[in-house]
Amino acid sequence: MAELQFREAIRAAMVEEMRRDESVFLMGEEVAEYDGAYKVSQGMLEEFGFRRVIDTPISELGFSGIGVGAAMNGLRPIVEFMTFNFAVVGIDQIINNAAKLRYMSGGQIMIPIVFRGPNASAGQLGATHSVAYEALYGHIPGLKVVYPSEPGDAKGLLKTAIRDDNPVIFLESEQMYGLKGEVSDEEDFTIPFGVAKVKREGNDVTIVAHGKMYHVAQQAAKELAKDGIEAEIVDPRTIKPFDMKTVIESVKKTNRCVIVDETHPFCGIAAEVGFQLQRDAFDYLDAPIQRVTVPDVPAPFAKNLFDLWLPGPKQVIEAVNAVTYRS
Amino acid sequence: MAKKAEEKGFTPTGVVYQSTKLPKPTSKTHDKLGLKKKDLLNLYESMYRQRRFEERAAQMYQKGKFGGFLHLYIGQEAISTGVVQALNDDDDLITAYRDHGFALARGASSDECMAELFGKATGISSGKGGSMHYFKLEKHFWGGHAIVGAHIPLGAGLAFANKYNGNDRVAVCFFGDGAVDQGSLNETFNMAQLWKLPVIFVVENNGYSMGTAVERHSAGDLHKRADAYGMKNDIVNGMDVFTIIDKFTEVAKDVRKNQNPWFLEVRTYRYRGHSMSDPGNYRTKEELDEFKQTDPIERLKTYVSEKKLVKDDEIEEITSRINQEVLDAIDFAEESDFPEPEALFHDVYAENDFPFVK
Repeated sequence: MAELQFREAIRAAMVEEMRRDESVFLMGEEVAEYDGAYKVSQGMLEEFGFRRVIDTPISELGFSGIGVGAAMNGLRPIVEFMTFNFAVVGIDQIINNAAKLRYMSGGQIMIPIVFRGPNASAGQLGATHSVAYEALYGHIPGLKVVYPSEPGDAKGLLKTAIRDDNPVIFLESEQMYGLKGEVSDEEDFTIPFGVAKVKREGNDVTIVAHGKMYHVAQQAAKELAKDGIEAEIVDPRTIKPFDMKTVIESVKKTNRCVIVDETHPFCGIAAEVGFQLQRDAFDYLDAPIQRVTVPDVPAPFAKNLFDLWLPGPKQVIEAVNAVTYRS
Repeated sequence: MAKKAEEKGFTPTGVVYQSTKLPKPTSKTHDKLGLKKKDLLNLYESMYRQRRFEERAAQMYQKGKFGGFLHLYIGQEAISTGVVQALNDDDDLITAYRDHGFALARGASSDECMAELFGKATGISSGKGGSMHYFKLEKHFWGGHAIVGAHIPLGAGLAFANKYNGNDRVAVCFFGDGAVDQGSLNETFNMAQLWKLPVIFVVENNGYSMGTAVERHSAGDLHKRADAYGMKNDIVNGMDVFTIIDKFTEVAKDVRKNQNPWFLEVRTYRYRGHSMSDPGNYRTKEELDEFKQTDPIERLKTYVSEKKLVKDDEIEEITSRINQEVLDAIDFAEESDFPEPEALFHDVYAENDFPFVK
């Protein structure tokens, strides 16, 4: 085990997979000579050269599609978006081509491609730079969606994503790139998709939280522990496929659930998880499920409004109080 | 007054006579192009198969035998046929939704193509794609794409992989004149030229983006878009199969050797509507009749007969054999089974045991 930053863990996964498989390459804005907008790909140009680490123009539609075409024809591209907010410019290639060509061709076409980059908000960047996209991509059949919360998960899941024969949306966070954590340095360390992890054990309430919100849940759990409330935190790690089994097992034990999710409430991740819980664990619930999400409005710029908009430990504690009837 | 005000409007209005003008065909004879008698017969057979297949497909559609959209290639067959003749069999072809001709020209069977229209499991895309989404990867035919312009970067991506692997293959990406207006074309042209991708982009300019004449939807000559990127380009007569063979042989050689892209504007004409529901009131009967005079199949027939290269009964043999082949394909399609209900969940992901949410 080594202690790595999140960005180093992602880099390690890419470097190891590129050493292992000649067909893997990285393309995106500023990934080569600039060493990555967030230094994720630092040093990769030096090791792999211009053939395999490719700077693109600011043409998300074009280079997303070139990536898909290259994947159809036998390569395994990693396409980096400077942020997933910019991926919207190229989303036709992801939704109409990457996700559907296998189905429409009756299984003839395989598209092993990873689209990766930072997702969701990162401070006061304004409405167009602050959207959490996992619900939108999770809605599309044919895509897999991953949003890890810690460096160790990030490395294992990205290696799985690169080896997967399907298009994978791999979501990161600008604000987590510097986060340190234990990371396996085993060469073949991979984490399967669709396997959640119970990252904190407790008997009083289940908190489901992924990505950046996982850390908000941890902060809330620490505060709650001071009051004698022991929260169990389940990090699904992958959004599609989603490991409901682990969530349900936890709820059977705690009988209460709060879902923390940075997507908007309508058609968000919390909406889906909440629906499945009421259908499949109805008899185990002692209180209505609560969710903590950003509100159904775009991200504001003003500091005070932004702080109101982004969920923090306070809202999670309030939701836990509601499901435990402490409020 | 009203007319003057209209002329100052946002687009030129009204029916445009002669929406596309054909450049001169090649003067090269079949000998000069290296075509033997057998090749000439094959070219005729391929073009006639595409024509007859679609005539019968249109009848079946009108009889209500299948649903979905049906876009016919009739009139444009010289392009698919000539390109397949000029290129290597492992060069990669990708096109838009007017795709039946390309699949047939590349060696897909009439049976599997007809069965796909009928949505049968024996179809070329297992009944999952329909008319607009034919795929035949073993013949290096990559579809069949129905979001206008969205497959232009895919064509460049095929070429990218070929260059990355150094396999000497060329990718050819076809699209209609409407697709030239998409941003995807301009983004892709820029990267294809920057990265020296071995790809030939081909606009089949048939004069109309659905029902909007080319001079009403696109500013300037289409092929000149490539000039902005320093990309080699030219205009080609698309109604003459010899011209297509001549030009694509020359261009493919250059692309393979020098690893640079090309943009060819192939001028052509579709005789039928954009799709089956098209009344065609945006063009004149005179224009349609004029282009029918340049019919690529009749042109080849006249050539071989005037030069006494083949006997009339050799052409007749092909014609009646293909007529029967297409009738048999209809029987095959009708008698084939629909996909099994389980197929609904197959091929969404590479693994068929994906835990779909219920």
